[in-house]
Amino acid sequence: MNLHRLRLGLAAALMLASAAMPAFAVLPDEMLPDAKLEARAVALSKELRCVVCQNQDIDDSAAPIARDMRLLLRQRIAAGDSDAQAVHFLVARYGNYVLLKPPVQRDTLVLWFGPFAVLLIGGAGLFAALRGQARLSPPPPLSDEDRQRAAARLAADSSPGGQT
Amino acid sequence: MRWFLRLMPVVVFAAFAVALALGLQNDPTRIPSVLIGKPMPSFALAPVEAGSPPFTTADLKGHVSLVNVFGSWCAVCVEEQPMLMALAAQQKVPLYGIDWKDAPVDGARWLRQYGNPFKRTGNDEIGRTAIDLGVTGAPETFVVDRQGRIRYKQIGAITDAVWRTRLAPLIAQLEAER
Repeated sequence: MNLHRLRLGLAAALMLASAAMPAFAVLPDEMLPDAKLEARAVALSKELRCVVCQNQDIDDSAAPIARDMRLLLRQRIAAGDSDAQAVHFLVARYGNYVLLKPPVQRDTLVLWFGPFAVLLIGGAGLFAALRGQARLSPPPPLSDEDRQRAAARLAADSSPGGQT
Repeated sequence: MRWFLRLMPVVVFAAFAVALALGLQNDPTRIPSVLIGKPMPSFALAPVEAGSPPFTTADLKGHVSLVNVFGSWCAVCVEEQPMLMALAAQQKVPLYGIDWKDAPVDGARWLRQYGNPFKRTGNDEIGRTAIDLGVTGAPETFVVDRQGRIRYKQIGAITDAVWRTRLAPLIAQLEAER
């Protein structure tokens, strides 16, 4: 077998394999032995903000406190908490900021609905502006001379062979 | 009426811009504590210095206290320590320490090097108590009232200004409370 081909193939396989592995910060010693519980923990981790590296979720962040939060989350899940209870455990300590998707409540209404409101206002403004434009003043009426010239022109256009 | 409609987009945009400008004043890294007014979460921490008494929630009952979260890895804590030593020397308010994410020997060594203003110092190497307190970094200091309730969280070092403008008045108020 062509050695060059073999090496290319191997390189491609390795690249594919490493591309398929997601980059996450969970260490083996953190993972729960029960695969279903671990899957729940990972899913919930992706919705929880790392309070130090604040644009990462705790599944992603390599910060020590993210690891602490991951471990605590898994403790709660292993202890029998539902998803909502486990998440609430952290929200009770850090507030809603720890949720990457903030809940819809009175103080987040502007956050959730603001963009739509602005879109609606902008749309209404655009609508009003376009309607205003359509109401242009009608052109002044044609004089008799112009009307005859227009009629002659139109007649010339519609006769066969008559091209403008 | 027409000019009012014409002006609407400008007005809406201006209102939006003002709201966003105000929002930009907030520092998102400072997460306000959700525990203000709630009881101090219960904990029982082993002492940092072997042979010293442990630090538990019961130690905080009956008087106003400051609980300072620090670590030997924390650079800003080094800057803050002289201030805490001064407060301890002037006996303004009892100080308690939580050594966060540190092996006890490292915490003990750090206190020997930079001074120990704390009546009790507990070790939270695991970090569970810090999470219970909603700690996101060091140094952070909690003001705890007589009943053991958290009344304020200072994020970042206690400077002279912080003491004068925020902590001292609050502690005076809490001491007047029954």
